[in-house]
Amino acid sequence: MTTTLPALSALAQEAQPAVGEATGTASLAWLLFALPAAGALVLFLTGRRSDRWGHWLGLLTVVASFVIGLLIFLETVGLAPGERTRELALYSWIGSGSLNVDFGLRLDPLSLTFVLLITGVGSLIHLYSVGYMSHDPGRRRFFAQLNLFVAAMLVLVLANNFVLLYLGWEGVGLASYLLIGFYQDRPAAATAAKKAFLMNRVGDVGLALAIFLLWLELGTTQYNEVFGRIGEVPSGTVLAVTLLLLLGACGKSGQFPLQSWLPDAMEGPTPVSALIHAATMVTAGVYLIARTNPIYDLTETGRLVVALIGVVTLLIGAIIGCAYDDIKKVLAYSTVSQIGYMILAVGLGPAGYALGIFHLLTHGFFKAGLFLGAGSVMHAMNDDVDMRRFGGLWRKMPVTFVTFGLGYLALIGFPFLSGYFSKDAIIEAAFAQEGWQGWVFGGAAALAAGLTAFYMTRLMFMTFFGERRWEKVPAHNGEAYHPHESPATMTVPMIVLAFGSVGAGAALYPVLPEWLAPTVGELRELEGGALPHAVVPWLVVGLSALGVLAGYLFVGRRPVPVERPERVSLPVRAARADLYANAINESVVERPGTWLTRILVYFDNRGVDGAVNGIAAGLGGSSGRLRRLQTGFVRSYALSMLGGSVLIVAAMLAVRFA
Amino acid sequence: MNVLSAAGPIVPDSGGNVLLIVLLLLPLVGSLVMYPLRGNVALAKGVAMAVALLELVLVVLAWVGYDTAAAADGTRFQLEFSASWIPAFGTHIAFGVDGIALVMIALTAFLVPILMLFAWAEKLPEGRTASGYFGLLLATQAMLVGVFAATDVFLFYVFFEAMLIPMYFLIGRFGGPNRQYAAVKFFLYSLLGGLIMLASLIGLFVVSGERLGQGTFTWAELQTMAATVPTSTQIWLFLGFFVAFAIKAPLFPFHTWLPDAGAEAPIVGAVLLVGVLDKVATFGFLRYCLPLFPAASQALAPLVLTLAVVGIIYAALLAVGQTDMSRFVSYTSIAHFGFIALGIFAFSSQAFAGATLYMVNHGLSTGMLFLMVGMLITRGGSRKIADYGGVAKLAPLLAGCLLVAGMSSLALPGTNSFVSEFLVLVGSFPNAPVFTIVATVGIIFAALYVLWFYQRTMQGPVRGDAVTAALERAGAGGPGAMTDPGIAAKRAGTGFADLGRREIAVVTPLIVAIVVLGFFPAPLLDVINPSVTATMQEVGLADPVPVGGTAR
Repeated sequence: MTTTLPALSALAQEAQPAVGEATGTASLAWLLFALPAAGALVLFLTGRRSDRWGHWLGLLTVVASFVIGLLIFLETVGLAPGERTRELALYSWIGSGSLNVDFGLRLDPLSLTFVLLITGVGSLIHLYSVGYMSHDPGRRRFFAQLNLFVAAMLVLVLANNFVLLYLGWEGVGLASYLLIGFYQDRPAAATAAKKAFLMNRVGDVGLALAIFLLWLELGTTQYNEVFGRIGEVPSGTVLAVTLLLLLGACGKSGQFPLQSWLPDAMEGPTPVSALIHAATMVTAGVYLIARTNPIYDLTETGRLVVALIGVVTLLIGAIIGCAYDDIKKVLAYSTVSQIGYMILAVGLGPAGYALGIFHLLTHGFFKAGLFLGAGSVMHAMNDDVDMRRFGGLWRKMPVTFVTFGLGYLALIGFPFLSGYFSKDAIIEAAFAQEGWQGWVFGGAAALAAGLTAFYMTRLMFMTFFGERRWEKVPAHNGEAYHPHESPATMTVPMIVLAFGSVGAGAALYPVLPEWLAPTVGELRELEGGALPHAVVPWLVVGLSALGVLAGYLFVGRRPVPVERPERVSLPVRAARADLYANAINESVVERPGTWLTRILVYFDNRGVDGAVNGIAAGLGGSSGRLRRLQTGFVRSYALSMLGGSVLIVAAMLAVRFA
Repeated sequence: MNVLSAAGPIVPDSGGNVLLIVLLLLPLVGSLVMYPLRGNVALAKGVAMAVALLELVLVVLAWVGYDTAAAADGTRFQLEFSASWIPAFGTHIAFGVDGIALVMIALTAFLVPILMLFAWAEKLPEGRTASGYFGLLLATQAMLVGVFAATDVFLFYVFFEAMLIPMYFLIGRFGGPNRQYAAVKFFLYSLLGGLIMLASLIGLFVVSGERLGQGTFTWAELQTMAATVPTSTQIWLFLGFFVAFAIKAPLFPFHTWLPDAGAEAPIVGAVLLVGVLDKVATFGFLRYCLPLFPAASQALAPLVLTLAVVGIIYAALLAVGQTDMSRFVSYTSIAHFGFIALGIFAFSSQAFAGATLYMVNHGLSTGMLFLMVGMLITRGGSRKIADYGGVAKLAPLLAGCLLVAGMSSLALPGTNSFVSEFLVLVGSFPNAPVFTIVATVGIIFAALYVLWFYQRTMQGPVRGDAVTAALERAGAGGPGAMTDPGIAAKRAGTGFADLGRREIAVVTPLIVAIVVLGFFPAPLLDVINPSVTATMQEVGLADPVPVGGTAR
């Protein structure tokens, strides 16, 4: 990180790839989002008439998207690396004066990677949902909204300018809002949905202001021109832009200080948690920073803030994840923590962009698999999520157990599974930083790896091993538990994702950085720093093993009480209270806000409107008094006319001579 | 230009296109015809609807006849008509449209048939007939055409005041329980503003007499003269117009008549009032304040921007705190007007175009929001937010449509409003960065008031006095109904009905417009942009140049 700013700047400019026109299969790229969007439209418009076949249409459109994405990907791989960045302008969307925003797509290694992730995992989760939602009367609405999400997410990653990115950005926010609040007669779901949308909007303000700043400086919103000319922008403004973009990323990706909506978002159906709140949408913040890498390249301070946010968040997520008994919430905080790793990675700049995306992909596989497994468990356990009521389920649902177990191993970084490659690479890069940063970033990331192993081991033991506590207590809905394996529509996606959890790391590790290089630059391996590369894997594996051991000692060896013990130590209490994030939000924002609106309503009714009515009443009163001046005596009128004339003459004289 | 221009110019060197006159007279005559038809309400409604649809067709003709290329080449007004009116005062019956006026006339013509369809089966107050109701709608439309199409400042003033009359009766005769108070407040407040404007108008005439040798009210002549008028004079004249428009828009702190009028007016009246009539003010900023008083507009811009931005935040917070649905929509509108005013006084092509587009889009989104509220009131008979809850369970289609209107109101990308809000903000940022930042924070509050309103009325378990009363009336109450109201509603059939066919026909064109204009705003922008460029030139300003890469 000792490279001087002008040198980096020059590097960023020269690294901008030539942009070609999208031809061949790539000219069909608009179908990628148009198909799911059309699916959503049909499902919304036909209403109950499509209840019987709607889910198959939903699935079909996403699979078709995946196939097209795959064809474009294969076509792109066939091109030379320098020619892999192509654009497809569809039409002029917003034009006024010198502003012209195209509805235009950018097909490059980064966006195509996301297209495959979104449509691939999306297809699997659509398939899973066919089974998972089979008893739900709102299944058609669910698929309509899920299709809407896929379409918006594809627009987000395919956009070739910031405004269209913003369209996808808020579009996925809408889909997320609808799906979190899917069970909208539950007040908790409605509140969680609103919270998610609002906290996202806080981030969106940052993104919007970044767009305005770029417009002010460069007069354009196209990636091409912005990235090519960002070197002309003064460094203070560049820093401001990066911080505003980071605010947007924090909102969407559940990063500190906007992390608290993501765990609440688990109110949505579990496939939603898997697709939107684990594999794709919440990673949009990482995408945004990776996408705008030419801007981040120019500001070391901006990158440092990004990395710090990532470090803080990955610790917060890992700590809170240790305390929850709700299986989905543990996974949610795990997601917060893992995205923290990705944000840390992209905050390391050229040494980390590709690693962030790498972890994003492997995480997409294993976390989606874990959520689908959790959904399978819930499906079997009367929709309950309290792990204290689970236990010993591995015999009852072997497929779920094996696939979930592989996801678990991948997440804790078991050697040679997916997470081992991607997470270790980030920790190594963090330790390779110079000075205090290496120790702080690397140390925190390694520590959180140990915590991850602990909370995931705890989850595994509480759910799949030990005593069958569900035999002793009735479910929350009063019935007895009858755990069973899920149908094939659900297990097949889990099996496919399990393969990804195992093999994606090893498969992508050698090729991904090179594939992404045209977009995010060559991956720079740093030497030196706090700890050398050779030491770090041993440290991480050691810490993880400690975490597993601790998990075994805490819950594997001891009976788990069905009721949550309330007499617990201070740190556990803090973690159970989300490290007081919600309490702070409530006391700093919500309650003063409520009072402010009440005071303003009172002020508007009594103050502003009161003044108006007061003036009106005053006028009424004085006109009553004025009426008495109309006496009917000519002499008094003559007097007032004289007085008026004198005043007018005086005024004219005053104007003339003043 | 088209067949209707056959009449030839009545005044030399001016247009003689009668299309705008027809657009003005058709609804006026239609409204007069309502009186003899009052005995036969069904026929009256049919005639009124036919008139409104014919008007819409004629507006489409005008739209087709409007030549955007000519507008870009500097033709300020098209479809012009001019005849001398009071020669001693130099007033003319002069009409003509630029792109900005045209889109507003089109918005009116688009909304009126929808409103009639909504009001088709409305329960009116005791002793009132639908013929009067529809007649007032048509009369309001006629006045609106006049006010947007006038190219003579005096004529504009006449319509500006005249449009109060049908709206006064719409509120005062067909409104809610407190309608008298609201109608009088609306009328007096507006009249006060209008009279102040009249003073300015006379001043303007006098000034034109000094500058041009002969007094005139013709907009084009006044505009040519504008740059030569000293700034201090401009400021006084500007203030007269400004106060009238600030009351009409309304801007903070002149806004308190709107929640009363919006709440007490019948829903269709509220849509016309908030959706179109209030836009006369923002239209007036663009057409009169800026081009006629360019120096004053720039000198006083910080003041207006402050009012605009305070209004955005203040009204949004007030919207959050409202307990009455119609007042809630009114306050959201005041916040939106802040965005429009911000765009107008930020002086850039994008901001102007955004503000103009915002006027149209706000008419669509708030119009739809009011209509959805109206459909709730039709079912529950109450305006109170707390009387409704969990409606999505009973009437999912209604809830979905309300959500579409709400998303448009919070300017979600993909809806019409995003395009305008984005243009306003991106266009305002270079000239007024601090104001724009505050306004951008306002979008969080917009999300808050929309989503909280939606949550309170639509989500959660079925609850609220109005809803349960409606269910009980239909026999769906009784034991067990509250535990599974969905089944209860089905058992009753009509407990709290979802949208009927007529209501679907009401919302469909609005939803189509909201979504289509979100992705394809070009048809509107193409018409608006040349006029916006002309306005920029009249103010004597050029767009801010991107600062990056210059002199560094």
